[in-house]
Amino acid sequence: MQFMASKQPENSLLGPESDSQRTLYPYVTGTSVVALKYKDGILMAADMGGSYGSTLRYKSVERMKPIGKHSLLGASGEISDFQEILHYLDELILYDNMWDDGNSLGPKEVHNYLTRVMYNRRNKFNPLWNSLVLGGVKNGQKYLGTVSMIGVNFEDNHVATGFGNHLARPILRQEWHENLSFEDGVRLLEKCMRVLLYRDRSAINKLQIAKITEEGSTISQPYSLKTYWEFSAFANPAQGAVGS
Amino acid sequence: MSSIGTGYDLSVTTFSPDGRVFQIEYAAKAVDNSGTVIGIKCKDGIVMGVEKLIASKMMLPGSNRRIHSVHRHSGMAVAGLAADGRQIVARAKSEATNYQSVYGEPIPVKELAERVASYVHLCTLYWWLRPFGCGIILGGYDRDGPQLYMVEPSGISYRYFGAAIGKGKQAAKTEIEKLKLSEMTCREGVFEVAKIIYKVHDEAKDKAFELEMSWVCDESKQQLRKVPDDLLEESKAAARTALEEMDAD
Repeated sequence: MQFMASKQPENSLLGPESDSQRTLYPYVTGTSVVALKYKDGILMAADMGGSYGSTLRYKSVERMKPIGKHSLLGASGEISDFQEILHYLDELILYDNMWDDGNSLGPKEVHNYLTRVMYNRRNKFNPLWNSLVLGGVKNGQKYLGTVSMIGVNFEDNHVATGFGNHLARPILRQEWHENLSFEDGVRLLEKCMRVLLYRDRSAINKLQIAKITEEGSTISQPYSLKTYWEFSAFANPAQGAVGS
Repeated sequence: MSSIGTGYDLSVTTFSPDGRVFQIEYAAKAVDNSGTVIGIKCKDGIVMGVEKLIASKMMLPGSNRRIHSVHRHSGMAVAGLAADGRQIVARAKSEATNYQSVYGEPIPVKELAERVASYVHLCTLYWWLRPFGCGIILGGYDRDGPQLYMVEPSGISYRYFGAAIGKGKQAAKTEIEKLKLSEMTCREGVFEVAKIIYKVHDEAKDKAFELEMSWVCDESKQQLRKVPDDLLEESKAAARTALEEMDAD
């Protein structure tokens, strides 16, 4: 009898399971998220771009969402996986609400949950292709953490994903201090986002800044940063280049 | 009304010669032995109240919740065997989250009632299962406004303006029928429910009880919430005064 042989990938060490769909590479991706702790809570910034490879396909993607009463989640990486994570968190928060006992999941708990999800997916070789930033305030305690697609997680006073790690963190290490005011925090974030805008190819000039305090969270309307392109190096980029 | 089933009441898969399934009727008796549970549909929402009979003075007030959230917009008050009720609530929650997952919107109350009734009915079809010994009053607020349903151990479910189950259900139903529900707001409804529960509570047979009330209305942003403590206390006080005035006559 002739059976239509299903196409087994060469790296199938798992037998029939290997036919299942696994995330191999991301398709629509978001770029960096940058966040820092300030006096009243957490400030987070992310642009609104969704890249399809090198094409800037979507320009109104909200990459930061409030989670429950006390947390804010920002994500870079595969947008569909981010939406899946939001779906999981919706259910988590719903069950938490249904207790109706005056308690609610705080940022530390949500961060822990996300870490477990990301790490377990990675162990099955089917990761959610995201780098997540989770910030929030509960009972006066500020919390800011991050989880990567392989489950690496930590908390810090300022975190960033993707290119933000290379371009924004050094600025934050220099200029961040305890008890930043809201204006100073925003200014610092905008400084980071501007550098990213200049230097990250997948960044766009349309960003949102989100803040979360004890009172609750707000995500700003999209806006653009002022940029300056009259630097002499930009005006004559080939000057001094070898062979010119 | 009650007749001995002798022989036809051993299994839920047996009909009696006069067409009754005794096991289901016995299950209903379990519900009748529990504290009164009532629900009313006011013009802007649903109010549900439970007469929680206190088994022991050492129980912490506020524990043993009898009204459970099923989704943000709906909840169930259970009368009868508490453990059976827990199972039904768990199933209802699972149905509600599944519907939300598949259709992307909160489960319509009608759909939820149908699913719960189906599940309860399921357990009356097989000899290796027993019927649930609980009655459920289900209240919710969806796109079609506030709705109230009641599910009995037989799996029957109807939509109501006002419903009562448990010990004082007859007296409670009479009281509910006197109310003009279509003109009442939930705030007023809370006072009425408290009054009714205090009224039908049998001081002689059961000593202490705790009143638990939840509502889903415009004031609670169409979400099922426990009636706020201050309002609850006010309504209890008003109910007690009303009772004293009645006794004074």
